Order: sequence, then C-alpha cells, then structure tokens
Amino acid sequence: MNRFLLPLGAFLLLAVVLAVGIWHSPEKGVIPSPLLGRPAPQFALPELNHPGRQLRSAELKGRWYLFNVWGTWCTECRAEHAVLLKVQQAGVVPLIGLDWKDDDAQARDFLTQLGNPYQAVAVDASGRAAIDWGVYGAPETFLVNPQGIIVYKHVGALTDDTWTREILPRISAAAAGS
Amino acid sequence: MRVHLSVVMAVMLAALGAAGTARAVDPTELPDPALQVRYLALTHELRCMQCQNESLADSPVELAADLRREVREQLLAGKSDEQVRAWMAARYGDFILFRPRYSWRNAWLWGAPAVLLLIGALVSWRIVRERTVLLATDDAPLEEDRQG
Repeated sequence: MNRFLLPLGAFLLLAVVLAVGIWHSPEKGVIPSPLLGRPAPQFALPELNHPGRQLRSAELKGRWYLFNVWGTWCTECRAEHAVLLKVQQAGVVPLIGLDWKDDDAQARDFLTQLGNPYQAVAVDASGRAAIDWGVYGAPETFLVNPQGIIVYKHVGALTDDTWTREILPRISAAAAGS
Repeated sequence: MRVHLSVVMAVMLAALGAAGTARAVDPTELPDPALQVRYLALTHELRCMQCQNESLADSPVELAADLRREVREQLLAGKSDEQVRAWMAARYGDFILFRPRYSWRNAWLWGAPAVLLLIGALVSWRIVRERTVLLATDDAPLEEDRQG
C-alpha cells in the first residue's frame, strides 16, 4: 500500500498544478497588463475638438473615467461605437478618448457622423501615450478609479456584456463601499 | 561532396535573404557602431506585441516602428540595455522580452529541473541501496547449487 502512496501523491499534485494552470490561463490572445492596479500614466495632449487646448491627465483625477483608445483606421472601433454611445447615455462614467496615430480631420468627421460619446478626446499623433498605457491594438479600454489607479482593462471591442459584467459592478461596488 | 556544397550554398543564400529583409523593415543606422550593435541586439530580443511571434526588428507594423524609435532614442540618451528592457516590461509585461527574466514569480520554473533531477537521484540511490542490502542478506542457495 505504502509504495503506491508516493506515486499517487505525485500524480494528484501534478493534476492540481495543471488544473490551476488551465483555469487561470488568460483568454487566448489577451496579454495581462502590468499596469493593472498601478497609477494611470501621465499625459498632456492636444484635444481633438479644441486644438488650442491641452488635455492633462491631472485634470481627470478625483473621479472615475473610462479611457478608450481608438482610431478611424480601426474597424473594431467602429463596431464598438454603438456600445460607447450607450455608455455615454447611461451617464455613470465619463469616456475619455485617445485618438491613436490618426488623421485629426478624419477623426472629427468620424465623431460627427457616428456621434461623439467622449467627454474629451486626446490626440496621440506620435503614439507615445499609447505606448505608456501599454496599448498593443485598438480598441482598448481602461477603467480608472478616483485615486487614478487602473482597475480594469479590456482589449478589443467593448460589448454590452463587458460593460454590465465587468465595468459597472466595479464602479457600484466602490460606491457601496465608500 | 557536390550535394554538401549545394546545401551550404542554399543556407548561405537563405541567410543573406533574411538579412536583406531585416534591413528592409528597419533601415535605422545609429552614428556610433557600438550603439548600432546594441540597438540591433535589443530590437531582436524584444517582441512585437501586435504580431507576437516576430521581434521588433522583423515586424513591419507601425507599433513596432514606434517601439524601435523608443529603443533608438533611449540608447542615444545613454540608457543601459537593462534600463530599456525594464522600460518596455513596465508597459507591456515580461511577455515583451523574448529572453525571460529571473524573478520570484517564475523562480519555481527555473528551479523545477534541478528539483526533478534531485528527486530522480534520490529515487535511484534508494533503489541501488535496497538491492545492495538484498544481495548482502540473501544467502539462500541458488537452484543450480542445490541440484549440483
């Protein structure tokens, strides 16, 4: 009996390790961001609809906001636009856009035609702000809390499901806790 | 011998071709040859986050070009290779490094082969010892001896 205990134990241990690995494996193709739980990167960028003005990350502190990285060249961004408009109508959290390596005139046209869900859009012509946020493909959406900490990141088009299951509960849980 | 020569030629031609395309993607030349060597090494060991199986040096996408620009500017600003790697990993995670770093989080991965080897050595040592003891204590006569 005793001589089977060791191999059996080893087998069970291996099974547990592999099971944990399988359950915790991230969604295929989604790379976990090291910025989760860390302060949102600082930026000062021109505003798309007020070219003379700068949008500074410091202005955003003290309240929740959704930081959405998009571009007119990105087809998935077009697909998620209806969801963004719904988020704006819900009035729970303001949307801040980052127009990533885009043509300003085209971006303005895009928002005039499809509706503008953003409270403000920062223009990242050089792509440096997107790199600071660890963006590797638009669209990407970050939820930032009033302390300026990134609490959630979604890669790919925002869906009704991510909005109601991932983003809303995080904001309301924090509101209930305070 | 003829076959061998043609194989060598094919390999050399393929290598030349690969070098050619790499230069086509990234024509960057840094003023200092030492910096150029470090630049090429770094861009080859950092992952293009968009294509994921290509390095920054090999990838034609815009994000890779932006990240190469960062490598170039940071090297020109006097940053060390390790500082550039850390800067990249702070934004994109260790996933951007083709050569994984040693850390407490992945220590068990690095240590696992040594641990497995130790377990194997222990098991084989016990088996050998048991057999030695068996051999020393087993004084029953062999079947052939009894017949003889």
